[in-house]
Amino acid sequence: MNVVLEDTAPALSVSHVSKVFDVSAPWLNRVIERRPKLYVEAVSDISFTVEKGTCFSIVGESGCGKSTVARLVTGLYATTNGDIRFGTGAKGRPIKVQMIFQDPHSSLNPRWRVGDIIAEPIREMKLRDTEKETLDRVRELLETVGLGADDALKYPHEFSGGQRQRISIARALASEPELLVCDEPTSALDVSVQAQILNLMRRLQDELGLTYLFISHDLSVVRHMSNHIAVMYLGRIVEQAPVEELFTNPQHPYSKLLLATIPDIENPKRRVEAQAGEPPSPLNPPSGCAFHPRCPVALSKCSQSAPDLCPVSPEGKVACFVAQAAETADPVPVAL
Amino acid sequence: MVQPIPVPEDSINATPALDVQGLSVEFPTRRGVLTAIDDVSMQIAPGEILGVVGESGAGKSITGLAVLGLLEHPGRIAQGAIHVGGRRVDTLSEAELTKVRGREMGAIFQDPLTALNPLFTVGKQLVETIRLHTPLSKAQAEERALELLRSVGIPAPEERLRQYPHQFSGGMRQRVVIALALAAGPRLIIADEPTTALDVSIQAQITALLRKLCDETGVGIMLVTHDMGVIAETADRVCVMYSGRVVESGPVSDVIHNPQHPYTKGLMAAIPSLHDRVEVLSQIDGSMPRLNARPSGCAFHPRCPYAGAKCAAQKPPLQQVGSTRAACWLQQGGTE
Ligand SMILES: Nc1ncnc2c1ncn2[C@@H]1O[C@H](COP(=O)(O)OP(=O)(O)OP(=O)(O)O)[C@@H](O)[C@H]1O
Ligand SMILES: Nc1ncnc2c1ncn2[C@@H]1O[C@H](COP(=O)(O)OP(=O)(O)O)[C@@H](O)[C@H]1O
Ligand code: SF4
Ligand code: SF4
Ligand SMILES: [Mg+2]
Ligand SMILES: [Mg+2]
Repeated sequence: MNVVLEDTAPALSVSHVSKVFDVSAPWLNRVIERRPKLYVEAVSDISFTVEKGTCFSIVGESGCGKSTVARLVTGLYATTNGDIRFGTGAKGRPIKVQMIFQDPHSSLNPRWRVGDIIAEPIREMKLRDTEKETLDRVRELLETVGLGADDALKYPHEFSGGQRQRISIARALASEPELLVCDEPTSALDVSVQAQILNLMRRLQDELGLTYLFISHDLSVVRHMSNHIAVMYLGRIVEQAPVEELFTNPQHPYSKLLLATIPDIENPKRRVEAQAGEPPSPLNPPSGCAFHPRCPVALSKCSQSAPDLCPVSPEGKVACFVAQAAETADPVPVAL
Repeated sequence: MVQPIPVPEDSINATPALDVQGLSVEFPTRRGVLTAIDDVSMQIAPGEILGVVGESGAGKSITGLAVLGLLEHPGRIAQGAIHVGGRRVDTLSEAELTKVRGREMGAIFQDPLTALNPLFTVGKQLVETIRLHTPLSKAQAEERALELLRSVGIPAPEERLRQYPHQFSGGMRQRVVIALALAAGPRLIIADEPTTALDVSIQAQITALLRKLCDETGVGIMLVTHDMGVIAETADRVCVMYSGRVVESGPVSDVIHNPQHPYTKGLMAAIPSLHDRVEVLSQIDGSMPRLNARPSGCAFHPRCPYAGAKCAAQKPPLQQVGSTRAACWLQQGGTE
């Protein structure tokens, strides 16, 4: 039956999506200084699916394209190539998406009362019939995120960073989304407050059946939140796996580097020797596998051709010649 | 390796690189005097890294700025004494302080660009700083600049000396700033969030570099950060700050694995683990008070699960409890 099929379909399918930005100097300067047009491929040919009710995370270093993926999924940018599809949500309509940003200070209008900030999408999308129902809904949302009904009358500056992030979450929930795209939602918060927000997000996921596309550079946060993880390097997904698999048995040399360099409170490394190079400029990406200048196990072909993202375990995929060769030497069943 | 510039023969090891006693910093405002730092004491031995950790607004940066004599007007030291390498610095005139700052103390801040002049080559900035604070000739200073760049791990230092700051990546720029801080062979370096703006893999390189320089040159480092992971991997001892006071201090592994103060305990438990996954993170409810609303007695009492009547009435002093020092009534005769 059609409906059943759609119900089990992923909440989000991203296939072969690329995004190219034109970062050329202004036309006149180019003509005078004889400079060519300049493009950055911020995201190149990435594919992934997010199952309903799960959390899919994207990790990677600054500039690797995480936020660009978030903005493509929420429609803030148009794709250059590929397509993004949403599964079926409530009442048979496509799943609704909302975004939560890193900085709760700049994402809330300072001149509006919190109640109006949260009510705006409800009024805009006419989700409630009367003003009273709208205000009831605002009150309910404030309580859902752990604030009080009387906070509706205050202004954003009267709240701490963590409380402001709660307000952003309430506003995102106001339009009744089923998929929340969260771009570094706790990076601007202190750890004790971060724990409050992460706990809130997990509770909301259980209570409302939300699906998350979660973006962070903090691997311990990602480990806490996600079911699946994709590791990005210079615009590409280099490895993708269930969370336990990625943390206990990373396959890609870059995933290994990330896990090896992240500060670990429980087993501090206290190193005095530095590790492996720097991320290259996205304006001028290395040939072949973009990681090859930093890769400790690079082969000669790595600088000539780029490896595809191929399955190496039932749910794990990796884009690395060496890791793929290791897997074919010791084959595992691959799910279709 | 960079040779430490010879210092007077007084037994270096007996004199702490930094000794802060009973420091209080105030900001007079129209609505009254705000006490940003309240009776803070700390010592750093030569060759030691002291981590200073706490949530934003806890007073970490103000402590560092007070030591450097760089408090912004109207901030002022209201009480206490600061000795750097045995010499009292908080009572010096601005002119004397300027000399001591470059010669005895170096500073590294979060954004390397603020410390570098975009108009001069890196080599020129290094040589000028060296010559300002040491008796070296131009040729000797150039030699030392080269040595410094090499010791902070900059490849091809001869060429790099002729380049401008914008030609360096973020991580490389921070290395240049570290080289500048080391230029005159200081006894103390204040590093305020030196890796916060950098990617994890680069962050690990910079913290490894700080450890190496500390071991090799015997400089003492105050490493200010909100990231407990960085502290765990880099510092020897740590001071935990909360609302302008040191609430706990001790050897890094003791503070991390066996914290005594309820705030430190809460903070440690709130950090998601890289190894185990829990359903719900332990959280400290509420947030750190603002300066103008600091609670009486122990400033943590409104958030503390163990608070008793005494906690709201009297400030607990910092006292030895097992292997760390904690400022909490629980271990000092009870909270009632
Ligand atoms: N609007 C834009 N115009 C031009 N270039 C852009 C634009 N947005 C992003 N880029 C470029 O695309 C690349 C990926 O950027 P993106 O913001 O997605 O990185 P990120 O992974 O989110 O990094 P961070 O961790 O720093 O947030 C970068 O090189 C960036 O400079
Ligand atoms: N120029 C200033 N005027 C008034 N208060 C200040 C000023 N600078 C800092 N403060 C206050 O002093 C406290 C400590 O600040 P800071 O040392 O910067 O904290 P952090 O631990 O985040 O580095 C904060 O409450 C901050 O708001
Ligand atoms: S493809 Fe080659 S260069 Fe790239 S990660 Fe694998 S081994 Fe390293
Ligand atoms: S002094 Fe009292 S309120 Fe403060 S941390 Fe100790 S028990 Fe808690
Ligand atoms: Mg981003
Ligand atoms: Mg600070």
